[in-house]
Amino acid sequence: MTAAGIAAAVRSGQRTARSVLEEHLGRIAAAEADVHAFNLVLHESARAAADAVDAAVAAGRDPGVLAGVPVALKDNLCTRGVPTTCSSRILDGWTPPYDATVVRRLAAEGAVVVGKTNLDEFAMGSSTENSAFGATRNPHDLGRVPGGSSGGSAAAVAAGFAALALGSDTGGSIRQPAALCGVVGAKPTYGLVSRYGLIAFASSLDQIGPFAGSVADAALLLDAISGPDPLDSTSLRDAPPPASARLGAGVDGLRVGVVAELAAAEGISADVVARTREAADALAAAGAKVDEVSVPAAVYGLSAYYLIAPAEASSNLARYDGVRYGLRERGDPGGAGDITDMYLKTRSRGFGAEVKRRIMLGTYALSAGYYDAYYGKAQRVRTLIIRDFAAAYERFDVLLAPTAPSTAFALGEKTADPITMYLNDVCTIPSNLAGHPAISVPFGCGDDGLPVGVQVLAPALGETVMFQAAAALEAAAPPAHVPVTLGGGASQ
Amino acid sequence: MSAATAGDAPAVAWETVIGLEVHAELRTATKLFCGCRNSFGEEPNTNVCPVCLGLPGSLPVLNKAAVEYAMRIGSALHCGIQASIFHRKNYFYPDMPKDYQISQYDVPINVDGWLELSGGERIGIVRAHLEEDTGKTTHVGGGGRIHEAGYSLVDFNRAGVPLVEIVSAPDIRSSEQARSYVEELRAILVATGASDGKMEEGSLRVDANVSVRPAGSGGFGTRCEIKNMNSLRSLGRAIEYEAARQVAVVQGGGEVVQETRHWDEAAGRTGSMRSKEEAYDYRYFPEPDLVPVDPGEAWISAVASALPPLPASRRAAVAGASGMDASSDAVATVVRLGLDPFVEAVAGGPGSRENVAAIAVRRLANEVAAEIDSVGRLSPASFAALVRMEADGSLTAAQSRTVLKELLASGGEPKEVAGRLGFEAMAAGDLEAVVEEVIAAHPEEWARFLAGEDKLTGFFVGHIKVATEGRANLGAASALLRALRG
Repeated sequence: MTAAGIAAAVRSGQRTARSVLEEHLGRIAAAEADVHAFNLVLHESARAAADAVDAAVAAGRDPGVLAGVPVALKDNLCTRGVPTTCSSRILDGWTPPYDATVVRRLAAEGAVVVGKTNLDEFAMGSSTENSAFGATRNPHDLGRVPGGSSGGSAAAVAAGFAALALGSDTGGSIRQPAALCGVVGAKPTYGLVSRYGLIAFASSLDQIGPFAGSVADAALLLDAISGPDPLDSTSLRDAPPPASARLGAGVDGLRVGVVAELAAAEGISADVVARTREAADALAAAGAKVDEVSVPAAVYGLSAYYLIAPAEASSNLARYDGVRYGLRERGDPGGAGDITDMYLKTRSRGFGAEVKRRIMLGTYALSAGYYDAYYGKAQRVRTLIIRDFAAAYERFDVLLAPTAPSTAFALGEKTADPITMYLNDVCTIPSNLAGHPAISVPFGCGDDGLPVGVQVLAPALGETVMFQAAAALEAAAPPAHVPVTLGGGASQ
Repeated sequence: MSAATAGDAPAVAWETVIGLEVHAELRTATKLFCGCRNSFGEEPNTNVCPVCLGLPGSLPVLNKAAVEYAMRIGSALHCGIQASIFHRKNYFYPDMPKDYQISQYDVPINVDGWLELSGGERIGIVRAHLEEDTGKTTHVGGGGRIHEAGYSLVDFNRAGVPLVEIVSAPDIRSSEQARSYVEELRAILVATGASDGKMEEGSLRVDANVSVRPAGSGGFGTRCEIKNMNSLRSLGRAIEYEAARQVAVVQGGGEVVQETRHWDEAAGRTGSMRSKEEAYDYRYFPEPDLVPVDPGEAWISAVASALPPLPASRRAAVAGASGMDASSDAVATVVRLGLDPFVEAVAGGPGSRENVAAIAVRRLANEVAAEIDSVGRLSPASFAALVRMEADGSLTAAQSRTVLKELLASGGEPKEVAGRLGFEAMAAGDLEAVVEEVIAAHPEEWARFLAGEDKLTGFFVGHIKVATEGRANLGAASALLRALRG
């Protein structure tokens, strides 16, 4: 059942939110041990929330547009009174005293939060293997990764643990796992969704966005959480473009550009290239004017990203120092100075290898004498990417590109080589650098029978046309990939 | 100052070059990036929230009032006010919640201004930028320094309090001038309402960059930054000490090492905190959680036109009214103590306006300044009445001073007080009679006076003063003497 269907049934009294929740909790009970989508399942608070929705319906009050819809939250979104870990040991024992703005908006719309999902530590990674609490597995094949960093949220939706989920996307962390798990995932325009309460990885790139089983459900969730927030200075002041406005409008006459540099980027596997080409053909068949377009600077996105994101992360993660909250190791009073020793021991033990790698990269990139050559130059590349996109959008309404270079890879396959892992984001990063929206839509499967995702990209605040094209793509997609069969019978 | 040359070395005169960095806390109701109260002296860690504690996921939102106060300061310091951005200044310290400080770096809100000292000299202002304050650490045990402490307590009430850092050009040449600069700056900050300027409470904090060079040389010596001066007096002492130390180093054949030095008030000396090699690399980069601040022309000019009169223009006004020098100590004192409304109160009355105002300034800078805590008992109207009585001869200068002291001590109206003290003005006829008596008693001197020996005026006035027991208006007496001479 779709999220929209659940909300309609609950709102009309046809179903109770509680029964919907129990159904999802049942699936979690059956298969979560295999998938490990969650860091924490919130049985009791979810039941209380569901009961409150049912009480509202019974009392004739408006329970909200997401009434009774089970939603999973990436565990880097702050939840009042509920541990929020970023899948890191450094936040051991910390419980936020406040809710993220998106969490408040979900609650106001009657959504039922079922749990906090696993992620690569501080959202740094593309496989959810960089979690202090163990890897999440792909519900389509438990021997494979779900992608990342929002792998837990993608897997939760794919496995039917939640109808909807929220993730965060800094360089592809929603779209890549959505592609690998065969669900829809969207990164909105930078500033469309408040970041207040999203634990920062790279502030100028981070955006919260939806996971869903369908384009329409993703639009429903995005419309519920987007909009101005006085608590986030970078949130856009005007009313957001409605994602759901033109879902059924088709693509007749729409100008669609296939990004040449991304469709043929180094390392993109042949089956993914083929699905992208078929997606373009399908839109053409539906009436779109499809052509190839060049976005030359896009190929420099990955390099620029791996300077900007670590630089901001090195600063954002400085606060995890053991002084005020989270993990604290005792400094050696006999050492050079116990405060410094406390810092060193706390951060050495609290952070995983990938986080340390990026803190070091970013610290170096910002150092006196290197700033201009690294951070400064990367920011100039960002300007070039925006310029090249602007040129493309003079001729096209939306762009098309692969999401991930391949289908889901095996657990452990890329952990030894960070660069290979980083290449997973080559097609998704340009949108983050530009601040533009992009959505990954399942489109058939690879040679291995696992899901493939295709991205629709749009200019800033182009959500309406982006979801319009995405819905058409979804409608034209070949019959589903390998169905998810979990619980008891699941095997690797 | 010109530091004295040491020992028997050739007499080289040394010049001290000083630039000051002043941190002023702004008097906003709330902090710079959150809604917590900005208030001094409360229970530790009570004015805190996720934002000023730097909790994960929190974000800063700029306080508009702080921007307005910063603009007032910039405007008062004749700075250019411009669109600005915030940067992050990264370093680890336990009282800094995010382990970076949100500050302004290469694009500050206020640039290139100047401040006029009460003596008339202008000191350049390089910039006056907005930033957030840190929390406050108390190191317990050891010497009060972090690495010697048994443990440390941190109060985050101050974390996120808005500061404006005002950086002067290296235009200051002596400890006296440095103190005068801080006094003037403090007066400006208080006048604009942007800060309360209390050094003792730490709402005004001063760091000094000090170097020395042979007098007349154009270059700069290697500078040291001196921290931890908690009063104007320690600022002066620290600069004196540091300049003398640097002169001794150079004259001893050594080189001054660029470093940050800590002023030890009890020991009366500066000590090394960290050298240039140990200096932090702050890894500044633009703060991605905030957007650029562009106040726009309308707001900038509204702030400028709403500024209250500032000390320099108030000194000019007092000087203009009284005919006194704007850079005189008396005028500076009147303005520094906020007594210029008393000068205004005497203007517009009968008599020579300038003369009356000059008397007023003298009385304010002396008798009133000496009893400044009692100024509340003195109304501008009764002060004006007193000054006019002195100006028109109803009271002598001595009587006027006495009445003024009485008014400051017990209040009242000057006429009534003068009467109570027996300071009835002598009737013109009575004075004439006394003058004639004195002339009759000194015929020889009177003849010489008539022959043109003017200096005898003082002789006769002295005798008249004695004969009247000081009740005569001496100006009127000498006028009478000249009149009798014809």
